[in-house]
Amino acid sequence: MPDITLTIDGQTITVPEGTTILQAAQQIEKQVPTICYHPHFTAPSLCRMCVVEVEKSRVLVQACSRACENGMVVRTDTPRVQQARKMILELLSSAVDVSEAPEIQEYMRQYGADAQRFGDAARRDLPMHDDNPFYIRDYSKCILCWRCVQACGEDVQWTFAISRAGRGFETRIATFFDKPIPESTCVYCGNCVQACPTGALKPKREFWIETGRDVSELVRHSRLEKRRRKRDK
Amino acid sequence: METKLITTNLGVANPESIDDYIARGGYRALRQVTSEMSSPQMIETLKAAGLIGRGGAAFPTALKYELAVKAEVTRPWPAPLTVPALYRRSSAFVICNADESETGTFKDRLLMEGDPFRILEGMAIAAFITGATNGFIYLRGEYALAYERLSRAIDAARARGFLGERILRDEGSRSLTPSLDFDVEIRRGAGAYICGEETALFESIEGRRGEPRVKPPFPTDAGLFRRPTVINNVETFANIPFIALKGAEAYRQYGTAKSPGSRVVCVSGHVKRPGAYEIAMGMPLRQVIDELAGGLRDGRRLQAVLIGGAAGVFLRPDEIDVPLDFQSLAAVGATFGSGAIMVMDDTADLGGVLRRLARFFKDESCGKCFPCQLGTQRQYEIIRDPERFRIASGLLHELGATMRDASLCGLGQTASSAILSALDKGLMKI
Repeated sequence: MPDITLTIDGQTITVPEGTTILQAAQQIEKQVPTICYHPHFTAPSLCRMCVVEVEKSRVLVQACSRACENGMVVRTDTPRVQQARKMILELLSSAVDVSEAPEIQEYMRQYGADAQRFGDAARRDLPMHDDNPFYIRDYSKCILCWRCVQACGEDVQWTFAISRAGRGFETRIATFFDKPIPESTCVYCGNCVQACPTGALKPKREFWIETGRDVSELVRHSRLEKRRRKRDK
Repeated sequence: METKLITTNLGVANPESIDDYIARGGYRALRQVTSEMSSPQMIETLKAAGLIGRGGAAFPTALKYELAVKAEVTRPWPAPLTVPALYRRSSAFVICNADESETGTFKDRLLMEGDPFRILEGMAIAAFITGATNGFIYLRGEYALAYERLSRAIDAARARGFLGERILRDEGSRSLTPSLDFDVEIRRGAGAYICGEETALFESIEGRRGEPRVKPPFPTDAGLFRRPTVINNVETFANIPFIALKGAEAYRQYGTAKSPGSRVVCVSGHVKRPGAYEIAMGMPLRQVIDELAGGLRDGRRLQAVLIGGAAGVFLRPDEIDVPLDFQSLAAVGATFGSGAIMVMDDTADLGGVLRRLARFFKDESCGKCFPCQLGTQRQYEIIRDPERFRIASGLLHELGATMRDASLCGLGQTASSAILSALDKGLMKI
């Protein structure tokens, strides 16, 4: 396969065909911020943080999944790009609890994002799901990066216990018909928990430790919960 | 003053009668194409005619078909198992985008309800050009009558041999050219504006949530089931039989050099005769409003015209002499889009209109990409309650710029264009 030559921020680089702009930038040590991108998953290209300017393109282009083309001229950090990234961070922090997402908080510092830009606008104050012995799901921290759905689905586990429900601002991650996790196809593999960047998905043990509960009680608690669920059915 | 290229049968022929359609010249184009022309010849004819897509994106149709044909050569054959068995034989797909959800647009509905066979004929010619054996009509779920008429038309076309196997090939024919095999399936939408976006439409047909894909790859390379796909608007297909039968020269008698042919515009709002009118490209907007649509109601003054639907742009009263063709509108920062023209006189509450537009985008945003999912919500909140966001106008522009620049698809990219045009042109103040 022929190699591709392109220019990134004035620097010329040659890469194998199929290399993404993000990969090419990383090769010349250019930092491009990413949120939804994960090297082990198919790039969903939805956070739009990694957008860059590409000459002749009317709109900004996502670096994580756009393949390099011969003669492409890319600029990774123009005012237009910086403004978009700053606004995305401000939008995100105005709706979601990012207190346990250190990468996002670092980006906010880097781009001067103001978490209070939108004042008391509607937030995603979703309930915490505590319905199984192993993991908790706190969706007020969910940024909808899709990593958990990808991990549960075609990128890793092929279990498909969780997916997206709703539309637009009200989109949320959910099980089939919002059934409790034990009634879903979940196999408790924990891949989703590992992939979650904001602490929305957490091992229950970790959550108990954080909130000062006695983890030696965890097993007994789980057994009682199971009995209660059976009784309430 | 009205031009009649593709609406010749509307209100005249019985849309449920294939005999009416044939008696008025229907299927002569398909007959001519299948018996006398080749795919490259048809592409040249479309190129010479300069047919441009009528859905809103205004992409040259001939180029689309050419790209699909080129892509098919490099595609693995037979198709991979990810394509359902029913469609694996088709080297490409022809899709009619009948989702028609742009605010104020109803031309496709009238074409489907009034002349369904014309659309099927256009799709069959497209299938001839691209070698597709399977086609789909993705029809907005709310269009119940169009569904009925199209279903009946498909059944009738099949019964007469205008769809199915060996189209227009007589029994015992010894022709060496491959016969045209093409059949069409209707897939109904379920209330999502985003499913009119071509890649979200593919996702929907494939049984997934209607969420757009990144482009590239483009549909001609990897569309439905990741196979070469040509997808066109209803009106675009309606133009093809005329061009195939009468030729490029005849088509170019109408319209302008760069925007040849006709356009069906949808005039609604504060006019005496709202409705769909087929005009030659290049007719001034003022003439459409005053002469075709009967002008404003008595004693009223024009306040603004929204052209291109919710994803469009407002025009001031002093801007309505603009000719209605793609280039002239682009030159004044507007888009023809879906052909929707909404006229607002001085009784219109423009603030209410902007709130409604913002609510439309908030409701219809699919939720995949951050700028649109969050941005349309915020835009709606700001427009609805500007006092709450003290630096409203600057914030709105920055928000709009981010959605325009960074959104994944056209919905987010155009979510702020109408609203910001109203503010920038002084039609409203926040």
